[in-house]
Amino acid sequence: MLIYLPIAEVSVNAFLLLGLGGLVGVLSGMFGVGGGFLMTPLLFFIGIPPAVAVATEANQIVASSFSGVLAHLRRKTVDLKMGTVLLIGGLIGAALGVLVFNYLKALGQVDLLVRLCYVVFLGVIGSLMFVESLNAIRRSRKTAGAPAPRRKQRGWIHALPFKMRFRTSGLYISVIPPVLVGIAVGILAAIMGVGGGFIMVPAMIYLLGMPTKVVVGTSLFQIIFVTGFTTLLHATTNYTVDIVLAVLLLIGGVIGAQIGTQIGVKMKAEQLRILLAIMVLAVCGKLALDLLIMPAELYSLGSAGGGH
Amino acid sequence: MRLLAAICLVLMPAAVWAEEVVLGLSRDKISITTRFEGSDILIFGAVKREEPIPEGSELEVIVTVEGPSEPVMVRRKANRFGIWVNTDAVEVDAAPSFYAVASSGALGDVLKDIEDLRYKVSIPRAIRSVGAPMTIQDSESFTEALIRIRKANGLYQELDNTVAVDEQTLFRTSVRLPANLTEGDYRTRIFLLREGNVVADFDTTIDVRKVGLERWLFTLSRQQPLVYGLMSLAIAIAAGWGASAAFRMLRNG
Repeated sequence: MLIYLPIAEVSVNAFLLLGLGGLVGVLSGMFGVGGGFLMTPLLFFIGIPPAVAVATEANQIVASSFSGVLAHLRRKTVDLKMGTVLLIGGLIGAALGVLVFNYLKALGQVDLLVRLCYVVFLGVIGSLMFVESLNAIRRSRKTAGAPAPRRKQRGWIHALPFKMRFRTSGLYISVIPPVLVGIAVGILAAIMGVGGGFIMVPAMIYLLGMPTKVVVGTSLFQIIFVTGFTTLLHATTNYTVDIVLAVLLLIGGVIGAQIGTQIGVKMKAEQLRILLAIMVLAVCGKLALDLLIMPAELYSLGSAGGGH
Repeated sequence: MRLLAAICLVLMPAAVWAEEVVLGLSRDKISITTRFEGSDILIFGAVKREEPIPEGSELEVIVTVEGPSEPVMVRRKANRFGIWVNTDAVEVDAAPSFYAVASSGALGDVLKDIEDLRYKVSIPRAIRSVGAPMTIQDSESFTEALIRIRKANGLYQELDNTVAVDEQTLFRTSVRLPANLTEGDYRTRIFLLREGNVVADFDTTIDVRKVGLERWLFTLSRQQPLVYGLMSLAIAIAAGWGASAAFRMLRNG
């Protein structure tokens, strides 16, 4: 069943979109990641214009994170104060990101930027995750599950001014690092059309030293607002949010996520992580090859003078 | 005697070429709905003439369908620092978003070059490109790329030998409009030719419009982008929440 997307101005099979949403949903349910970093490149592959893919994906992330954050709020695993600080950084970052995005779009380099961002970030995160989970598997085989000693971060982060107390996280730290993390994630959200959870979660654990149980809820809380803001910016400056596309992906995604959660419960954490790492590296490799290998068509068409 | 000859000369072409197009279209309005999968339009007609069919030359027919023209930026990638990057760009001043040219023979045979230049019938002539930046020597290759890419997408079509002409009077052809169509007035032209010269032409438009939900969403996103953005968020949140709530209910029985 072909469906004409009013903003993307292409006809796409509705079941293909539901299926893609479902597939990414299963993965995100299994691994507890947003899935934006997989969905956006997949949308490129099926021929959705990159600008529309990025903006629409931001819209979809808002929705898929919303039910997650409600669950975390009920369990009181959201640090609202930390979330707000991250959010302030995030909004600044998103505005910067959209500015950069529009500037490069006018230059015709937006495609390159988005792809480069993906290759770099997926490559780094994927390799780190891969090495880390390999070590974890090896450790658990050797010592039969002795917990790894937790490093306590002490150093320059604690020497910064503007300290603030975050009760839910049990932290007393400067607001500068969380704001910077927020800005970085905001820029990524706007340029790559991702929630940024895959950057934010490690940053919160390793850089800010937040307890793991509040990390996911807090990052979801922040992501909703940042991607919501990004959606509005894209909708008002680029007119590239396609609501029909978003809803189709969403329905598939929510159902897939429920299935994925069931699968995830039955698997070991290390195995899950190593699978996710392999997948991230595979997507990264495909995108990198596209940049390195001479394309079959050297020319591409774009609308003149920016805009739609 | 000289006067008579002159009058004859003046009247002759009119007498010989007094042929007119009477056109029919299977549809003159195309609605892009949510379920739009492209559309075939049948273009048919007859040649009306007061005199008997002129002898000695075969009647040929060309039909063109042309979407709204827009400037297009054509970019070329080159290898820089090991990766493929867009480097050169040429702006084509006006290129139709869709262009199909159907003819009763091979286009090059039935149409003289000079007539093509005058009426802008063939695809390269239908594209208007004024000039490229000084730094780019081979601006033609950009126009060629534009044609190649749009042909691959079914947006530019060269349909030789697809206009059927019966008894030099009736003609018909069909043009496939693909699903990835933009809206606008699609100018449809019919040319009657003899010996490569255009003897009559006819012009009409096919109206291609988004309708219903498509129309409404598209207009809203352009005229009230903030409202559209907020609505998108609200709908997406409601849909996501609704779907997960429904799934939970389903699982809990």
